[in-house]
Amino acid sequence: MTMNIKLRIWRQANAQAEGKLVEYQLNDVSANMSFLEMMDVLNEQLISKGEAPVAFDHDCREGICGTCSMYINGRAHGPQKLSTTCQLYMRNFTDGETITIEPFRAKGFPVLKDLCVDRSAFDRIIAAGGYISASTGQAQDANAIPVEKAAADSAMDAAACIGCGACVAACKNASAMLFVSAKVSHLALLPQGHPERKKRALAMVAQMDAEGFGSCTNTYACEAECPKGISVANIARLNREFLNASLISEEMPK
Amino acid sequence: MALDSKIPAGDLQQKWEDYKNHVKLVNPSNKRKLEIIVVGTGLAGSSAAATLAELGYKVKAFCYQDSPRRAHSIAAQGGINAAKNYKNDGDSVYRLFYDTIKGGDFRAREANVYRLAEVSVNIIDQCVAQGVPFAREYGGLLDNRSFGGAQVSRTFYARGQTGQQLLIGAYQALERQIGLGNVQMYSRHEMLDVVTIDGKARGIIARDLVTGKLERHFGHAVLLCTGGYGNVFFLSTNAMGCNVTAAWKAYKRGAYFGNPCYTQIHPTCIPVSGEYQSKLTLMSESLRNDGRVWVPKTQEDAKAIREGRKKPTDIAEDARDYYLERKYPSYGNLAPRDISSRAAKEACDDGRGVGESGLAVYLDFADAIKRLGKHVIEERYGNLFDMYSHITAEDPYSVPMRIYPAVHYTMGGLWVDYDLMTTVPGLYALGEANFSDHGANRLGASALMQGLADGYFVIPYTIGAYLSGEIFTKAIPTDHPAFVEAENHVQTTLNNLLSIQGTKSVDQYHKELGKIMWDYCGMARTAEGLTKARDMVRKLRAEFWQNVRVTGKADELNQDLEKAQRVADFMELGELMIVDALERNESCGGHFRVEFQEEGEAKRNDDTYAYVAAWEFKGIENNPVMHKEELKFEEVKLATRSYK
Ligand SMILES: Cc1cc2nc3c(=O)[nH]c(=O)nc-3n(C[C@H](O)[C@H](O)[C@H](O)COP(=O)(O)OP(=O)(O)OC[C@H]3O[C@@H](n4cnc5c(N)ncnc54)[C@H](O)[C@@H]3O)c2cc1C
Ligand code: FES
Repeated sequence: MTMNIKLRIWRQANAQAEGKLVEYQLNDVSANMSFLEMMDVLNEQLISKGEAPVAFDHDCREGICGTCSMYINGRAHGPQKLSTTCQLYMRNFTDGETITIEPFRAKGFPVLKDLCVDRSAFDRIIAAGGYISASTGQAQDANAIPVEKAAADSAMDAAACIGCGACVAACKNASAMLFVSAKVSHLALLPQGHPERKKRALAMVAQMDAEGFGSCTNTYACEAECPKGISVANIARLNREFLNASLISEEMPK
Repeated sequence: MALDSKIPAGDLQQKWEDYKNHVKLVNPSNKRKLEIIVVGTGLAGSSAAATLAELGYKVKAFCYQDSPRRAHSIAAQGGINAAKNYKNDGDSVYRLFYDTIKGGDFRAREANVYRLAEVSVNIIDQCVAQGVPFAREYGGLLDNRSFGGAQVSRTFYARGQTGQQLLIGAYQALERQIGLGNVQMYSRHEMLDVVTIDGKARGIIARDLVTGKLERHFGHAVLLCTGGYGNVFFLSTNAMGCNVTAAWKAYKRGAYFGNPCYTQIHPTCIPVSGEYQSKLTLMSESLRNDGRVWVPKTQEDAKAIREGRKKPTDIAEDARDYYLERKYPSYGNLAPRDISSRAAKEACDDGRGVGESGLAVYLDFADAIKRLGKHVIEERYGNLFDMYSHITAEDPYSVPMRIYPAVHYTMGGLWVDYDLMTTVPGLYALGEANFSDHGANRLGASALMQGLADGYFVIPYTIGAYLSGEIFTKAIPTDHPAFVEAENHVQTTLNNLLSIQGTKSVDQYHKELGKIMWDYCGMARTAEGLTKARDMVRKLRAEFWQNVRVTGKADELNQDLEKAQRVADFMELGELMIVDALERNESCGGHFRVEFQEEGEAKRNDDTYAYVAAWEFKGIENNPVMHKEELKFEEVKLATRSYK
């Protein structure tokens, strides 16, 4: 089955340039194409006309690397629940439909070109404290610390975050709380993560604020759009961790 | 130059211990003065960069993605092997070593593989300490699963996302060092050349992919951790950006390329659905525990299915050919990857393939569902079934899955010695980028093990052997003529690509190259086909440089140019793979030469070909020169792999 679609795509030459939505007509799109394959086909057509192809980020195309990042018809990663843009297939759209594609928008994610944004703020939040300090060679035997299965499973649920930034793009405040809380939860739920838990929560939140992400007003749009189903229960946990840490710590990191 | 693998003397079991006891060290104050460039932040690169920075070296790390956490290692599903013997089922370092050598069809270096098995146990300890949430049992201890090519349960896993969790562990360790100022990270940067001065690697040329600017970076040593080159086939299970560029530039600067033709083709992937297909998705090997592989016995039935006149469920039991069970009764559907892939190809070549294209076979769960109930199958493979129906819009609970082999992993890569150093002093290769410990075929769950072994536990020791001799070398200013020459060289190549302004896109050329490689240097290779393919690749390459159209400019974010640059290197690599495949007149592991078989099975020739082929670059229009590293087997006896 094939369809004809109209695309409205955000085109912006670079970070400084002004952008705008540009319309393209694309015919004979197979329903079995992935959304990004549809973009490939469009780009091939643009190249054959000597026009600049649309820049967009992508790599694994199987929903795990977190690179793809399109805002499709007003939703981060498009209409399908629990899926990334690269896992979206054209059969989710209909013949004659107009599809609007924009980059993830947030103060913390400046546009670099077309649909590519700069998400390095997430890396800096991790660098501020999203780790367990265990230099290579210091570890004891892996089975020396038993971890309750339920705790290990919940840690894994939180650790499944792919760092794509859909939570930020979906949030009207552009808050990064779901991302930060998933990391804090992953590490706080494991005994190995306990020694640094206070320092970690404070440092990560401080960096998140410094990067210009907004505050959380509990609208839960992040959870609804998260391709990995990361739960807002993590945000509650982060709030507890942060509060505990702030009460005890005499000195907030700058 | 004669190849020196620098394998330490002594008993196999003692080599690494002795090495560590005697290798030269670099004292802490000198480490601070030594700069190391790490290209790549997958499991190999992240673990190396973090560990070297912890030791006190000054590290610069590079990756082409927008974050180090997105390296292709993230996509690994199944698990990581380690000889922990937590199951008390008879595992040991020796068994892991032996399984790996045998799985590789006796084409790997014993000493490296033994070391790999030894450090495998430390990897699990390290990962747990970092907070990697491996699967656990109710008692709170670590769980294991089984993988192909082994009779013990030694695979550690984190749901179906083991690679993701291991990489996040290594990435967090790396970010910690970045936060501490010990590593300078360059994301969205692509290395486009190695700089050598007086025969030693002294730095790289990298392109900032956002601004397009070329940068010069000095290092006392350069580590290439840049992954595999399966994308030379265009379609593979690799991420879209995986490429050979870093390794290829190193080859052209004097590093030998080891066993380029050894490619792993994974039997269970979702088949191609149309011309627009951009990549292939792996369906885990574990499915073959319960799924039965079949095609119709007759070409008529297969044709009827392809034309939609019959459904698979219309084919009666006795009209089906469960060919793996028929040919390999003792292993059945769990025959190893190389063998299962070839059998699927044979069935389709025989006109009995299914799906619209005829390039698919069935993986059928009907029997398992009848025997165990749908809920058991759902519990075991639910996420994979979901993924499958997501992509194909078919329900694998009621209709058999369609699968076909796809390129998955490259065992070949830069030749390295025991220290992981290439033939260029100071230039190292780690992870999938080196010719590795997997011989002619890699076992499941062993690539993650090797990447982390190289980065966490091998290079931190072996690099001392070289850097201890470099403590008096001051940082070389990057206006040195060698840096200027390398940068000019890169700039010229990019300008050339942009100036051609031909009529065909980069992707069109990449697809054509991939098809030649798949048809002639894929699952079944012949001298005749390879000879023809070499010619075809040369012609295609010449045409590419005449007629490719690359849009945009060099000084901007330009994904078309990035791709063109990578495809230009694949065009050259493809020929070397063909030359290597042609030279190896035997069948072993992933390398199947149709002329060399016995009753349909691969026939190795240990008398003549028990060596690593290490190729030296002699100019792109000239024949490369092969150097042999003879493989000496002191511990294991060479035997035929039989799965009948
Ligand atoms: C779908 C899939 C599933 C798999 N499952 C398993 C499994 O279950 N178990 C297992 O053991 N193995 C598995 N493998 C294999 C395994 O994942 C890889 O072999 C391994 O992760 C490679 O790690 P690496 O660190 O060598 O390279 P990669 O993870 O590929 O990293 C390469 C790095 O190099 C960078 N890079 C490349 N070129 C350049 C350049 N020119 N300039 C700058 N940076 C560059 C990239 O940005 C990236 O950071 C799987 C592979 C695939 C495709
Ligand atoms: S491209 Fe990797 S998650 Fe979409």
